[in-house]
Amino acid sequence: MVDRFITRAREAAGAHAPAGHGPGDSQPGAGGAAADPTDPKAAVWARVQLARNLRRPRTLELLEAIADEVIELHGDRLFGDDAAVVAGFARIDGRRVVVVGQQKGADTDENIRRNFGMPHPEGYRKAMRVMELAERFGLPVVTFVDVPGAHPGPESEERGIAEAIARSIGMMTRLRTPIVAVITGEGGSGGALAIAVGDVVIALENAVYSVISPEGCAAILWRTADEAPSAALAMKMTAADQAALGVVDIVVPEPGEGAHADHAETGRRLRQVIVAQLDALGQVPLDELVEARYRRYRNLGAYTEATTPAVAPPERPGLADRLRNLLDPGRWPTVQLPAPGRGRDEPPAREEV
Amino acid sequence: MPIKLPSFRGRRDAYPPDLWTKCPSCEEMLFNKQLDKVLRVCPSCGHHFRLSAQARLDLLVDHGSFEEHDAGLQSVDPLGFVDQKPYPDRVAAAQTATGMRDAAVWGTARLDGHAVAICVMDFGFMGGSMGAVVGEKVARAAEHALKARVPLVVVSASGGARMQEGTLALMQLAKTIGALERLRDARVPYLSVMTDPTTGGVFASYAVLGDVNLAEPNALIGFAGARVSAGTIAQELPPGFQRSEFLFEHGFVDLVVHRSQLRDELALLLRYLVPASLSADDTDDGVGVLRPRSLLAALTPAGIRAEADRG
Repeated sequence: MVDRFITRAREAAGAHAPAGHGPGDSQPGAGGAAADPTDPKAAVWARVQLARNLRRPRTLELLEAIADEVIELHGDRLFGDDAAVVAGFARIDGRRVVVVGQQKGADTDENIRRNFGMPHPEGYRKAMRVMELAERFGLPVVTFVDVPGAHPGPESEERGIAEAIARSIGMMTRLRTPIVAVITGEGGSGGALAIAVGDVVIALENAVYSVISPEGCAAILWRTADEAPSAALAMKMTAADQAALGVVDIVVPEPGEGAHADHAETGRRLRQVIVAQLDALGQVPLDELVEARYRRYRNLGAYTEATTPAVAPPERPGLADRLRNLLDPGRWPTVQLPAPGRGRDEPPAREEV
Repeated sequence: MPIKLPSFRGRRDAYPPDLWTKCPSCEEMLFNKQLDKVLRVCPSCGHHFRLSAQARLDLLVDHGSFEEHDAGLQSVDPLGFVDQKPYPDRVAAAQTATGMRDAAVWGTARLDGHAVAICVMDFGFMGGSMGAVVGEKVARAAEHALKARVPLVVVSASGGARMQEGTLALMQLAKTIGALERLRDARVPYLSVMTDPTTGGVFASYAVLGDVNLAEPNALIGFAGARVSAGTIAQELPPGFQRSEFLFEHGFVDLVVHRSQLRDELALLLRYLVPASLSADDTDDGVGVLRPRSLLAALTPAGIRAEADRG
């Protein structure tokens, strides 16, 4: 388990070493990213690597740059304290707020302690507990999202990771206080959305947000994880693309070659935007605020309303068609037998969400 | 050039898939017509086969009472998503194969006489994946339940969020949960039925949030796919992991119900969850032997007046 992550962490750090050829270049895409910046696939993959960069500022590092004061709170009061999620109070430019964020480690030891930033249910329950405090004491909430995905192991399932995520999303949809969500690194699926429901969603320039990890998507749709850069491109997971889709409202540019290069400057730019948003949201009456938040998510997702009658039921092949298909496939433009994959009992298509 | 003769001998396990089904659990060969009669539950081992949305509705709601809403909702391709096949082609293929527009159907119906809003999913349509259409249908069903103050029933069967719609599919979690939270505030009951499989973003949104959660036996229910778990954590998974009984044991499912009992169980629960104020238009007067609703109603002044009016 650890080996796997160490490799990935090295890749993340190595892919953007000055020469662009770290020890992790054996992975497809990582080295190619630096080689050809005009290739859109490589450009997207380069951003994914930046979002995963080991030196990228996490919640606590960003808070150090943004906040004048931080008081971290611990424990979900139900099971334990999850180090992959940090939560507490902070003062940003004189404004007292509640902060919640995911925290990856800066090195292997810290990553093991923080479970590589993958929260267990108790992490989300801690977040909920602290957000409830925010509502009760009239403090706005600022969240920092940086997560590969919620922890997918048996302990996580036993303690109800899906329930914790769903409840956390539910609490955020109705929380009677302003919420500013910031995607700072990896926005990995349900594990990210659990703390990313906000009145305003901000993303750093090189952050990514997706419904499934590009590796997972490639493994399912391309049947090989090597196609992860293709999946990353197809899913339009960069901050700019997410802003175009309306999932993200504001994209904050990063200094130099990325946020990892200058934590203080990244924090300064973020603080400006967060403070402006907090002030604007503070003016809105709470009923309107919650209603507008509900509408924001209610309106996301594209569909059309067709007026034509429902799709015709599939034509069932008769005996003659079946015989023709069996004896000499391809000779007649025959009625296709239902493809085996479409059967009712194909193995379940599983997704990491 | 040799002439390739058609092979007359099929593979040993070949069988006409529209006539026979092999039970994946006990390997019994089952005649489809027979299987349909027993609600697609294997008579020899009790394996629950997946049901289409239509079959599920036939099983649950009173005959002829279902009225579909928003049948015309259809996916568009917001990302221009192409993997090995463009997304619109995949949707079109699924539509031809299933005769449905998307992976969910919602409408109003009566369940043992109770007016309900019901939404059922069909795993046959792209793995029951949740895109904007499924999310919209669940949200509209919930909003209708809220407005009409009738209970909401959702039957889930899904692999999770639809990757081809990217984060917009992910946002359906917030959309559906937001609608359910309003239902909860208004004290309108919501029953969630989880069937094989209910995983990923569907499990982590509306499926897990029922006031009462029911599951069919041995259904696969979980957050992360087994492949994801195995690939990420290289850890032995316990036996029965992510099955209905596992969820029951760990406290996330109230009842594991055999398919033949499902309708009765839902009806029984509705009698407890539908307060007198919600069921004013109920028509099952006088036939039930047990009438807990009337008993409850009789305890409140308003209920006493209502009973008196009826008498």
